[in-house]
Amino acid sequence: MASTAEDAGTQEGVRRRDWIHIAAISTAGVGGASVLFPLISQMAPTADVLAASTTDVDVSSIQPGQSIKAVFRDQPLFVTRLTPEAIAEAKEVDASSLRDPQTVEERLGEGDNDILVQLGVCTHLGCVPLGAGEGESKGDFNGYFCPCHGSHYDSIGRIRKGPAPSNLAVPEFEYASESVIRVG
Amino acid sequence: MSFAWANSYEPKSAFTKWIDEKLPLPRLVYNAVGAGYPVPRNLNYMWNFGVLAGFFLVFQIITGVVLAMHYAANTEVAFGQIEHIMRNVNYGWLLKYAHANGASFFFLVIYMHIFRGFYYSSYKAPREMIWLLGVVIFLLMMATAFMGYVLPWGQMSFWGAKVITGLFGAIPVVGEPLQVWLVGGYAPNDSTLNRFFSLHFLLPFVIAGAVILHIWALHIPGSSNPTGVEVKKESDTVPFHPYYTAKDGWFLGLVLSIFAAVVFFAPNALGHAENWIEANPLSTPALIVPEWYFYPFYAILRAFTGDLTIPFTGIVLIEAKLLGVIAMFGSILLWFFLPWLDKSPVRSGSYRPLFRIFFWIFVVDMAALFYLGGAHAEEPYILLSQIATGWYFMHFLVILPIISQIEVPKALPFSITQAVLGSDDDAHGSKSGGGDKPEKVAGALPGHDDDGSLQPAE
Ligand code: HEM
Ligand code: FES
Repeated sequence: MASTAEDAGTQEGVRRRDWIHIAAISTAGVGGASVLFPLISQMAPTADVLAASTTDVDVSSIQPGQSIKAVFRDQPLFVTRLTPEAIAEAKEVDASSLRDPQTVEERLGEGDNDILVQLGVCTHLGCVPLGAGEGESKGDFNGYFCPCHGSHYDSIGRIRKGPAPSNLAVPEFEYASESVIRVG
Repeated sequence: MSFAWANSYEPKSAFTKWIDEKLPLPRLVYNAVGAGYPVPRNLNYMWNFGVLAGFFLVFQIITGVVLAMHYAANTEVAFGQIEHIMRNVNYGWLLKYAHANGASFFFLVIYMHIFRGFYYSSYKAPREMIWLLGVVIFLLMMATAFMGYVLPWGQMSFWGAKVITGLFGAIPVVGEPLQVWLVGGYAPNDSTLNRFFSLHFLLPFVIAGAVILHIWALHIPGSSNPTGVEVKKESDTVPFHPYYTAKDGWFLGLVLSIFAAVVFFAPNALGHAENWIEANPLSTPALIVPEWYFYPFYAILRAFTGDLTIPFTGIVLIEAKLLGVIAMFGSILLWFFLPWLDKSPVRSGSYRPLFRIFFWIFVVDMAALFYLGGAHAEEPYILLSQIATGWYFMHFLVILPIISQIEVPKALPFSITQAVLGSDDDAHGSKSGGGDKPEKVAGALPGHDDDGSLQPAE
């Protein structure tokens, strides 16, 4: 059934119709890919979820040693005013020996800031660790304890024991005023 | 595709003849689950679970479609809608409990079905494709059940969703963006609930499609049987209808009686009380565990508490979190390789003395994982999970391949007929079909069916 008109052009098997095949398949391919893009992209966070991406917290009433919980991007946020003793104690730990080596400065920022802001999201699989609330278990390192699979964090949220790979995340924040921080 | 002696469909009335010409659906049914499908005569009750699984799939689709008429996938109201179904919808309580416990029974039945496969090596040639499709079905079932459990938007729903989507965050580099994309946010939210509802509605139909392929693949060699000796002739088989329709029917009745007892008298026994508390993104329940049917895999996930490091250097090769995720998915993906890990040509565990011992140890190991997956993440459970997880992988990767090399199988019967009746006229004196020369039998089994035991597909 081979059509003579097509084969007539060349011997090497290159036919004029090949060009049409390539063009048609490429067009369909590009078309298919551009339909796929919105289909995939619709799964990403929606604009309203992204819009709610900063949180203001009034820190003026937090006493040394006290923590409060806020919400940041749908997730719990722990805001703690550390006592000078806790900071001193954390400084004594040799940071380089830790799983996720971070110094006190890296978590609190330079200067005499004593406000520690962390996501209350265990870096293992995302449970809310205990320890920020009144009377909750603080784990073996007097900080936070994740009951889901037993991760222990120290008083400044560094992972010390258990399956979690890294320290509690410290989001970026700045002082919007004397007493209010803006996270995000 | 069937054995040469299969009954053939003959439409009797003018109407059935007319149908048979236009759309031979009655013929298809007759040949698939009717008198036209010859099945080994010696199947035991372990071969009932396939039909039961099919029943529960249909059951879940029916109860699920009806529940969806009263549910709303919106985080503001979802939890309340469940209460609405329980209290206001006519027989809503029954539908909800039937669907929730139906899922448990579906998994129970599937586990029996899979363990039947492990014991009788149903995964071996010529049935590899049936098995591979089965593993695909099982993975789809797990995804479906997981997303279904999120829909009531209780505490376990929310935290289960968070922890399981968190697994993807463990993947290096792409993990975190992938997780945000899957969830549609930084934590499970309205987008998550909606997409899970959409997929939970869709996937059962995808499973139904995979089941059709599964049964298609099954009908090419036909079912195996407790001897593992392939069908050779007509006296080895009976027609599916009425023999197995009757047996499957009465067994379904028995299982449904047990099912009804659970639905009516202990509807929450298999669930978690925590899920009757509305989702609270700021407070984690003290013990987050999935539904019971995921326990073994959850135990494997949690068994990995330390990083994989190069000894004495402290260089971390793989983080504990990623190790757990790899092991959990690996424990199921391993099943895809089973037909090639177990090289023994003898199928049935009943003729494999060494295999049988390790099979039962494996059953105990799985039972232990079931228990440990639901326990708190503390000692001694962590250590026990580690041991049980280690054995799980050992069983498939080390023990099975070694057994199939060193084991001397027992003598196989000449045919199914001989196994059932004690004698077979075709067995030409050699009653034991291989007798003291098991390797002879072994040579004649899968792959080279020179004994004509496998009838070619029509
Ligand atoms: C919706 C889920 C499933 C349905 C409806 C289903 C249905 C069936 C049916 C009706 C049979 C024939 C009857 C029997 O042997 O019990 C069968 C056979 C089989 N199934 Fe499944 N199945 C499902 C899932 C699975 C899974 C998850 C696996 C394994 C991972 C699996 C592996 C097999 C194998 C290997 C056979 C052949 C058994 C033999 O002939 O010895 N199936 N299935
Ligand atoms: S989620 Fe915290 S230890 Fe697993």
